[in-house]
Amino acid sequence: MHPFLTSIGPIFPEIIVALGAMVLLVYGVFRPETEANAEATGWLAVLVLLTAALTVALDPPSTTLLFDGAFVSDRFTDFAKLLVLAGSAVALILSFDYFRRLKAMKFEYPVLVLLATAGMMVMVSANDLISLYLGLEMQSLALYVLAAIRRDNVKSSEAGLKYFVLGALSSGMLLYGASLIYGYTGSTNFAVIASVAKGKAAAESLVLVVGLVFLLVGLAFKVSAVPFHMWTPDVYEGAPTPVTALFAAAPKIAALTLLMRTLHEAFPGLGPQWQQVVTILAIASMLLGAVAAIGQTNLKRLMAYSSIGHVGYALVGVSTDSVEGMQAVLVYLSIYLVMTLGVFACIVSLQKKDGQVVAIADLSGLSKSNLPMAFALFVLLFSLAGIPPLAGFFAKFYVFAAAIKAGLYPLAVIGVLASVVAAYYYLAVVKVMFFDEPKEKLLDVPRVPGLIAAGASLFVILFAVFAGPVVEAAAAAAGALKF
Amino acid sequence: MNLAASSILSIIIVLPLFGAAFIAFLPKDAHGNARYVALWTTIVTFVVSLLIWVNFDATSASFQFVEERPWIGPIKYKLGVDGISMLFVILTTFLMPLCILASWESVEDRVKEYMIAFLVLESVMIGVFCALDLVLFYLFFEAGLIPMFLIIGIWGGKRRVYASFKFFLYTLLGSVLMLLAMMAMYWHAGTTDITSLLATRFPRDMQFWLWIAFFASFAVKMPMWPVHTWLPDAHVEAPTAGSVILAAILLKMGGYGFLRFSVPMFPLATHDLAPLVFTLSVVAIIYTSLVALAQEDVKKLIAYSSVAHMGYVTMGIFTVTTQGVDGAIFQMLSHGLVSAALFLCVGIVYDRMHTREIAAYGGLVNRMPIYAFCFMVFTMANVGLPGTSGFVGEFLTLVGAFKVNTVVAALATTGVILSAAYALWLYRNMIFGELEKPALRSIPDMRPREILVMAPLVLLTILFGFYPAPVLDVTAASVKKLVSNYEQAVSATAARDPGKGGR
Repeated sequence: MHPFLTSIGPIFPEIIVALGAMVLLVYGVFRPETEANAEATGWLAVLVLLTAALTVALDPPSTTLLFDGAFVSDRFTDFAKLLVLAGSAVALILSFDYFRRLKAMKFEYPVLVLLATAGMMVMVSANDLISLYLGLEMQSLALYVLAAIRRDNVKSSEAGLKYFVLGALSSGMLLYGASLIYGYTGSTNFAVIASVAKGKAAAESLVLVVGLVFLLVGLAFKVSAVPFHMWTPDVYEGAPTPVTALFAAAPKIAALTLLMRTLHEAFPGLGPQWQQVVTILAIASMLLGAVAAIGQTNLKRLMAYSSIGHVGYALVGVSTDSVEGMQAVLVYLSIYLVMTLGVFACIVSLQKKDGQVVAIADLSGLSKSNLPMAFALFVLLFSLAGIPPLAGFFAKFYVFAAAIKAGLYPLAVIGVLASVVAAYYYLAVVKVMFFDEPKEKLLDVPRVPGLIAAGASLFVILFAVFAGPVVEAAAAAAGALKF
Repeated sequence: MNLAASSILSIIIVLPLFGAAFIAFLPKDAHGNARYVALWTTIVTFVVSLLIWVNFDATSASFQFVEERPWIGPIKYKLGVDGISMLFVILTTFLMPLCILASWESVEDRVKEYMIAFLVLESVMIGVFCALDLVLFYLFFEAGLIPMFLIIGIWGGKRRVYASFKFFLYTLLGSVLMLLAMMAMYWHAGTTDITSLLATRFPRDMQFWLWIAFFASFAVKMPMWPVHTWLPDAHVEAPTAGSVILAAILLKMGGYGFLRFSVPMFPLATHDLAPLVFTLSVVAIIYTSLVALAQEDVKKLIAYSSVAHMGYVTMGIFTVTTQGVDGAIFQMLSHGLVSAALFLCVGIVYDRMHTREIAAYGGLVNRMPIYAFCFMVFTMANVGLPGTSGFVGEFLTLVGAFKVNTVVAALATTGVILSAAYALWLYRNMIFGELEKPALRSIPDMRPREILVMAPLVLLTILFGFYPAPVLDVTAASVKKLVSNYEQAVSATAARDPGKGGR
């Protein structure tokens, strides 16, 4: 192979996705604008994502730096990218059936998903404030459009606009923070920042600490950690359901892994400073996610608060700043990805005559009208609540184990108590499905989303059996960060 | 020992799951088949579990039938039973066929799901008593919540939703703190293997916090006063078989937990905090007995009496004397039989009359002599009449308590009188007197199926009352080891630190 090609090997997956997006754009433009063609574009996009996943899987596990250290590829990025690609692909597959029913399938949709995914992958591999921002913006811009993709729908447009305005604000803060950090350290590279931002002088520098906090705020917006979560329920509710599925899964993973790498690789010297902030974010997110979800009547809003809570648990792992914590977060994200996509697959699968099931009350008596579907959702909800032996338990288990190891007892206690409160609203949905009488007959479940829901619930049930490899892979990935 | 015997514990855990999977694939309206599959699965499981008792070496205090497989990193899939846990496994497998039989006609709605929930529950309960790894134990301990939540919520009475939520959230709240304690134990000892942890000596202040966290979980499960309030609700609303399982086995997980974790792993904390447990136990015995006196609902009365009886168990365990612990284990088994039988008795008249109000009955002996006889045996056992299994457990725990703390023993003894008061009052009001209620005129006596369910319970209650040796012999070695290890640990600290240790 040409030496240039080998030298850019690690960025090959990103190139595939970005090129794929452009090729599909051209393909879409030059083909007649029919539903069938749009759906074909969609399946091709899935193929692109799978190819990229394959190249990631084949990527050598060693740590490689590209572009003067702006781009890094190691086991950690490989792990996160596989999750991101899987999340995008499944969310994309979920969308076909949804848009077909609405007769709203557009070829731009898969192209935008690909662009967002490329952005997420750059985020995961970012090792420099510039590449961090590039990846983040590429992802965000594509996602703003995706939220508003049903432009004739008021709620969808509102969601897109809201997401855009708040997202732009957070990007501004992030940029401001980055510029302060650059001002203090004289570099945008994480390794250089790490070598300057340490010791007493750095910890007491107002410029650096304010910069760090602004950077954190920007990222907290993206992962929707409390108190920067305001956009989440509205965007989740307003965006088309498959887009919400995408929002809930892949970008969260990308932003959290970016957060982990940035904090750990660029600011190891300021550990105590950012650990405080992350701990507060974690506590606030866990508590608000648990309490605010109780009153929700809309499934998508419920899932929004649920995702806020889950980010809180993942942040518990981040706040330990330990290899166990990072491993725990990766395990958490893998399991969270499956659970969330599974729940959204259920939501997409359940339709009434006059459209999508969105109200929790619409699920009443589902166990009598459609037991397999009710069972799948039941398993996924119990897993989200973290009840053993389902996968969600292991996610929480590793996070809290890491917190206990790091001596963060109050954080762990608050976390488990919040998880008990959160269990209430998951149970409330189960109650509606299993204890109430059926009201309205739902339509038959479409095959593809139904299969995805079944697969996700099977994973959640059987995770206990094959947890070993996932946990070990996460451990190897976390080990790629410097400890 | 051949291969089958060496993994016998896995087999009896998995057998009910196979039955459940089989039922899941039956056609939707195959109610009869679902019942028979569930019955045969539980019977086969019971028969296989008897092999454990037969092959059990009662002279050894160590874990037997141990199975160990790698699972997730340091967490192992490790099973084994000793004299304490083995009996609970048998109790579980013994009661399950009776539960299935008891629900034969009373459950008509969603029979398949009902049977699946019970079989999954059985497998999980056996797992709790067999697990020799902290995480595996927790997994089984909590997993039982899911089927029980459904059993109460779907097949329960009028306030089933409230009761199921209360049951689930209460127990979950207790357990999560135990989970954190387990993690702390792992990071301290570097293993989640229960046999290694039994040999680990945790520092005194750490023991204190670990003990508290485990106590939070087991006290709720037990349940001890004042965290017992979920139990009356859950019992009243659950279907008959659900109440049986709840009273007979799920409550025993708390006592088992104390014996497996709190006492042997945190002896110093146990020593320091035993007065707290004694206080709560005595309050439970007296207070809940008084509350039971005021009940109008049969199931509620039995539920409160359960709390009172569990008070003897916690008291016996925390005396950490041979008699006390022996008594506690015996009391748990006896209560497993007696409370199960009492709930079944209530179920029998409930199926006929659809009310649990004590005032709705009276003079049943005129129409239902066999029923009156069965009910009498269990009422007497509940009171603790000598010659029934209830007496042995209560007597031994009181003997143990007397050795350690006379006041506690004296106060707990008043509970015996109070239990006689409410149990005899209940019996008098339901069974004796004139048959005045017109609705009761045509009430039929127990059917053959119901007699079949009751007969083994009556026999065992009386048998263990006269001849408790089969149980006490099996537990003897394990209890002796538990008590001597505890005394060693406490006296070692006392020798080092004369101010604090020792009684």
